Amino acid sequence: MEQENMRRSRCDSTASVPQFCNSPTVIVMVGLPARGKTYISKKLTRYLNWIGVPTKVFNVGQYRREAVKTYKNFEFFKPDNEEAMRIRKACASAALSDVAAYFAKEYGQVAVFDATNTTRERRAIINTFAKERGYKVFFVESICDDPDIIAENIKQVKFGSPDYIDRDIEEAMQDFVQRIECYKASYMPIDDEIDRKLSYIKIFDVGSRYLVNQVQDHIQSRIVYYLMNIHVTPRSIYLSRHGESELNLLGRIGGDSGLSPRGHKYAGALASFIRGQKIKDLKVWTSHMKRTIQTAETLGVQYEQWKALNEIDAGVCEELTYEEIQENFPEEFAMRDQDKYRYRYPKGESYEDLVHRLEPVIMELERQENVLVICHQAVMRCLLAYFLDKAGDELPYLRCPLHTVLKLTPVAYGCKVESFFLNIEAVNTHREKPKNVNVNRNPEEALLTVPDHI
Amino acid sequence: MRGCSSRSKTAHSQGRAVCMTNCPTLIVTVGLPARGKTYISKKLTRYLNWIGVPTREFNVGQYRRDFLKIYKSFEFFRPDNEEGLKIRRQCASAALNDVQLYLTEEGGQVAVFDATNTTRERRGLIIQFAEQNGFKVFFVESVCEDPEVIQENIVQVKLGSPDYTNCNTEEAVEDFMKRIKCYENSYETLDEVLDRDLSYIKIMDVGQRFMVNRVLDHIQSRIVYYLMNIHITPRSIYLCRHGESDLNVRGRIGGDSGLTPNGKQFAKKLNQFIQTQNIQDLKVWTSQMKRTIQTAEALCVPYEQWKVLNEIDAGDCEEMMYEEIQERYPLEFALRDQDKYRYRYPKGESYEDLVQRLEPVIMELERQENVLVVCHQAVMRCLLAYFLDKTAEELPYLKCPLHTVLKLTPVAYGCKVESISLNVEAVNTHREKPENVDVHRTAEDALQTVPAHL
Repeated sequence: MEQENMRRSRCDSTASVPQFCNSPTVIVMVGLPARGKTYISKKLTRYLNWIGVPTKVFNVGQYRREAVKTYKNFEFFKPDNEEAMRIRKACASAALSDVAAYFAKEYGQVAVFDATNTTRERRAIINTFAKERGYKVFFVESICDDPDIIAENIKQVKFGSPDYIDRDIEEAMQDFVQRIECYKASYMPIDDEIDRKLSYIKIFDVGSRYLVNQVQDHIQSRIVYYLMNIHVTPRSIYLSRHGESELNLLGRIGGDSGLSPRGHKYAGALASFIRGQKIKDLKVWTSHMKRTIQTAETLGVQYEQWKALNEIDAGVCEELTYEEIQENFPEEFAMRDQDKYRYRYPKGESYEDLVHRLEPVIMELERQENVLVICHQAVMRCLLAYFLDKAGDELPYLRCPLHTVLKLTPVAYGCKVESFFLNIEAVNTHREKPKNVNVNRNPEEALLTVPDHI
Repeated sequence: MRGCSSRSKTAHSQGRAVCMTNCPTLIVTVGLPARGKTYISKKLTRYLNWIGVPTREFNVGQYRRDFLKIYKSFEFFRPDNEEGLKIRRQCASAALNDVQLYLTEEGGQVAVFDATNTTRERRGLIIQFAEQNGFKVFFVESVCEDPEVIQENIVQVKLGSPDYTNCNTEEAVEDFMKRIKCYENSYETLDEVLDRDLSYIKIMDVGQRFMVNRVLDHIQSRIVYYLMNIHITPRSIYLCRHGESDLNVRGRIGGDSGLTPNGKQFAKKLNQFIQTQNIQDLKVWTSQMKRTIQTAEALCVPYEQWKVLNEIDAGDCEEMMYEEIQERYPLEFALRDQDKYRYRYPKGESYEDLVQRLEPVIMELERQENVLVVCHQAVMRCLLAYFLDKTAEELPYLKCPLHTVLKLTPVAYGCKVESISLNVEAVNTHREKPENVDVHRTAEDALQTVPAHL
């Protein structure tokens, strides 16, 4: 009860979702194998965590693999296999138990229960479990009968699964197809009449059509919006900073300076690189600041300027060197090192604020296909953290050097990253977290990790 | 919205314009009478214009009223009334003609074609029209069979319609019910299979359930998100500014000061006022600045702090008096008076920026029921402009005095506004647009409309 009271007390919200301190939510996946449930679960979890909603996936298949060390074949999933049925039920229970612990003890806000959940009976058990504890339930059902999509799915994620490690491709494919058949006979999709009181979204044919029923609250509304914007069409996202700027050379942060001579060279190199990649229908985005615009100009293509992509606002520290910050604001400088993600510059922003303002950019990146984003160090760290699932403590220290393009290509459940340094020298602007973050430290300790500059 | 490179033009080939990336969108409503089509059309139009997408609605019923001058009875709508059908077809054509002008020559981006459009044949004609002109089409169908909802609908908006000025309530309701009947037999709802290639959202039972098919682009995605978040449950939104602050009395803009004694008095009176209103489940929102938080503290209820509700950032002019701005930045001061909506303070924001960052607040206000928003002058102007459909020219000059609560209650197609002054003295912070906005004006001309202060 005390925990409930804590939840209901006044909430401060810098996260992208107003923290109404509501009851936790269980998202329940529904669908035959190879319908993208785990893909959706992981992606949704990554997104929710990035916008500041503590979320975790509970994959029942994982519990099964831990309970039954070796997977033999599809026979395990036959509906008349009583022994297996018992194990599978126990795994589901164990997972639900962990969901409860996640909410009660680990301050989780959303749990994604990733399993087939294809029978009404199984879904009723979960519903009861949730109602008893005051959790909200939101179902996400993926329906797809396109054999090409299912085959591609199996290739991308099933062959690499621990279940099929010692099988050759044909064997694995055959076995998996039989596995799917085991579920088909008893599959009861969510019914628009019988289940009209439930809250759910049905995704048809990888997002060509959706049915949304009884959205209860803000977080469910955001989840629906997100799910309706993602797609699986192959594409790549290119992230790069502007070319080296005049203020970069001087070791000064922020500001709105133009490119240095080397920065201009980089713009040219970027143009060549992009041409060499032969990208179809590339969209180019920049911020409203001179240095990204100058970089984009050299590409000779249309680009779109987003104010939301502007560099983090350093407030009173704008255009100062780290040495000057240490001299004028030693305490602030130390506090920033103590919690770089949440620390807000006086009259400026924090990384946390940055994530909030970048959310529409991420949403639009999800909708788009091939995009090149020319932005800034802190901004690029935030975007990268979203794609690579990096948490608040790692995010502000991700390496995003000048004159380097990161090419992100979604693959399986994650993102492949290729790094291209375009061979134009530039200053280093990456300041590691110093050992001593105490407010009483001396200037040398504070400035130990400051990179060189003029 | 975000800064865009210029809109691509349409190319024509074989009588069919090719849709480029930013071609205009034609939203087409579908549904029997009294299903909320006009309510949705007007609200959606208001929202799109507020976020910066030039939108206009074209109500075919209005064209019919302009043509016919006098409405006799439901017989006009009988499917066997040849004369009536001819006139109705003409009105639809006239409306589409105006749509074409708006989207191709008057800078419109979205047109909302508000009519029943209940037959596949009629919709087919519209699709043809759109294809010829290179417009994208998005259907919004409202389906509802709940007799209470329909009755309430008729009472709210039909009884006051020009069609029924000379009828008493019973007559009007009876006639309107017969009018609905005229459409029912030929009504062909959007079909999952037959219409699978169309882009549409089907809203069922006033937002309990939605079917969404083939969302093609960003604007359609935003429209779907908006439509899924609005509701018609009666409620009120209370807008007010923080109590009078220290910087207010000194005539200084921005900053993060605390309340004056008057301001604290207002907070107390606000608490009393809220109690007397007897509001069910009131949510209270503030910004993250001291003066709104201090005001909310007096209410002794949980409140939520939103960073995006912070006052407009005046950049280099933060905490200055208008007299000082005139002295130090006379050019900037004049430019601001020339276009107060789009003008951006150096290192600060514009009203246009403010609207963009307030969009999530508006979206959440739509989702919520009774809410009190304690905010700031520029912020309150932006929110008010959304609810009262004010243009960009009017918005920065809306009067939002201190110590006054605006109670907004949705009614019919618009919003009832009650202004309640809580009778606590406060300085005036409203600066009217001066007559002379020329950059060469004298200081007196510039400072003519500055309100009095210490």
